[in-house]
Amino acid sequence: MKKIEAFIRHEAFEPIRAELLDKGFPSLSIIEAKGSGRQKGIVERYRGSTLTVNVGPQLKLEVVVEDKDKPVVVETILKHARTGEVGDGKIFVLPVEEAIRIRTGEGGEPVLQLHEESEIPS
Amino acid sequence: MKKKLGLAVALTALAALVLPGAASAESLSETVAAKASELDMVWVAVATVLVFLMQAGFMFLEIGFSRQKNVGTGVAKVLVNLAICTVAWWAVGYGIAEGGGNDFFGTSGFFFHFDQVVGQGEEAFNVAGPDAMLMLFGLAFCAVSLAIVWGTTLERIRFGAYVIYAIVFGAVIYPLIAHAVWGGGLLSDIGGKPVMDFAGSSVVHLTGAVGALAALLLLGARRGKYDADGKPRVIPGHSMPLVGLGVIILWIGWFGFNGGSTFETSGSFFGEVMLNTQLAAAAGVIGASLAIWLKSRTLDVGMAGNGAIAGLVGITAPSGFVEFWAAPIIGFVAGLIVVFAVLAIDKYLDDPVGALSAHGLAGIWGTLAVGIFGSERLISEGAAPGVWYAIFGDASLGSSLGQLGVQGLAVAFTFIVVFAISIATFAMIKATIGLRVSPEEEDAGIDISEHGMYGYPEVFIPQPEYSTGLKTGGGPAPVGSPAPAMSPMTSTES
Repeated sequence: MKKIEAFIRHEAFEPIRAELLDKGFPSLSIIEAKGSGRQKGIVERYRGSTLTVNVGPQLKLEVVVEDKDKPVVVETILKHARTGEVGDGKIFVLPVEEAIRIRTGEGGEPVLQLHEESEIPS
Repeated sequence: MKKKLGLAVALTALAALVLPGAASAESLSETVAAKASELDMVWVAVATVLVFLMQAGFMFLEIGFSRQKNVGTGVAKVLVNLAICTVAWWAVGYGIAEGGGNDFFGTSGFFFHFDQVVGQGEEAFNVAGPDAMLMLFGLAFCAVSLAIVWGTTLERIRFGAYVIYAIVFGAVIYPLIAHAVWGGGLLSDIGGKPVMDFAGSSVVHLTGAVGALAALLLLGARRGKYDADGKPRVIPGHSMPLVGLGVIILWIGWFGFNGGSTFETSGSFFGEVMLNTQLAAAAGVIGASLAIWLKSRTLDVGMAGNGAIAGLVGITAPSGFVEFWAAPIIGFVAGLIVVFAVLAIDKYLDDPVGALSAHGLAGIWGTLAVGIFGSERLISEGAAPGVWYAIFGDASLGSSLGQLGVQGLAVAFTFIVVFAISIATFAMIKATIGLRVSPEEEDAGIDISEHGMYGYPEVFIPQPEYSTGLKTGGGPAPVGSPAPAMSPMTSTES
């Protein structure tokens, strides 16, 4: 199992979410984050004085998938999050030891993502 | 009541004793007439202030319907627009609107100043104090009309566009329409019938909405408003409380808007206009709330607000011409119109506040409503009563339909003139300085991209980023820097 963490621009999220859902990965989380990278900070002006803001708004996207699904998810993120400009973000892939569904207590890879159509609650 | 009257009599008697000459009946009636005219002017002054207050209404309504990254710009826009519009109206606009002249534009009263001759022939007058008050009242209307324009353009327009269009609007566009209807121009006499637009359903509101349509057509939708298949998506405004505040301020301001257009407090007219205004606003809320509830089974807060505005816009033209029973009908229909129009327009055009529906379509409805409900007792000289009175009363149907046609002509004239000049102005702005911010700037928000600051800084700047007074924090803290005690950097000090 792998956990994919991606720091992305806000506007990249919606297309990524839509395509991941399309490909059978509905389970994901986002966290509103502030971060700094190679891009410069922005200068805020307030009544004639300036204030440099060095961290910018980002989204941290977290998806846990089976090992074999990792490339699909990474490619989807790259496809939509890349603009070519500094500040597109980064992707980190981490190993995951265990996954347990709280509702049933069952564990292992079957709990990770959608595998059967019947699982979709209507 | 009797007690007060007794006091007045006693005071008059006292005045007669104290002031020599005031005792004669002739000079007393002269004094009363002068005081009555002064009282009228005081009411116009109060009404003017109420109409200027509507700027705050537009400010909060539009800010509430915007996202948090586009709020400071709404404040700057209203201030700058009001300022530019004021100077443009003083220098040029008033002269075109009120300065006599021909059917199309006035030719005197430019750079309004004391003792200046305004108008021609018998109607000419030398500018004195009270004329300045009426000129200021006209400016307040012009500024309201301009404020309506920007409702469709929120969250993506370049600030420079406001500046240029405000000059053209305050100096030319609004004055041309005001001249045609109120300044003795083309629409004040069509085959013997005047267009009846009491306080400006078409002159003020439709004019603003048509300018808004022209801007929107060249500007396009906000990013993300329509998905790949062209289906509209919701971009919720950030504060319904602010929208509500804006609506109520506009509502209150409207008593100055309609009520002030009587220019006097005597006679029954004044009270009729005030009560009609309230009845239509209330019916607008009920109409819109009912329509949206029947359609979606939820009572949409924004739609209730839109309904109030639509009801008020709808009654603006008829307020001085219709009986009390007609006002709730006019307001209710306006409330229905705004709901269905907002939903229909949203499929094709991105109008964040519903200005096209609430001011445009309700404005058209209000102008036509005079031709339907206009009461014999109240209508202008030469005008025919509404179609209603021809069907259910004994008014001539042909003449009533003629009046309705004249009202329709006012709508068509307003639309064509305002649209032509507005689209040309916005096209020129688009070709030169650009009408719209870049996609990156739109994503970042107009506040930071156009004004270099956030309207709600704490939402976008994390607390630790504020200057703390430590060297690592970027220099000494300026006076009044926000809450340094909250910063983790301060807690490590000494």
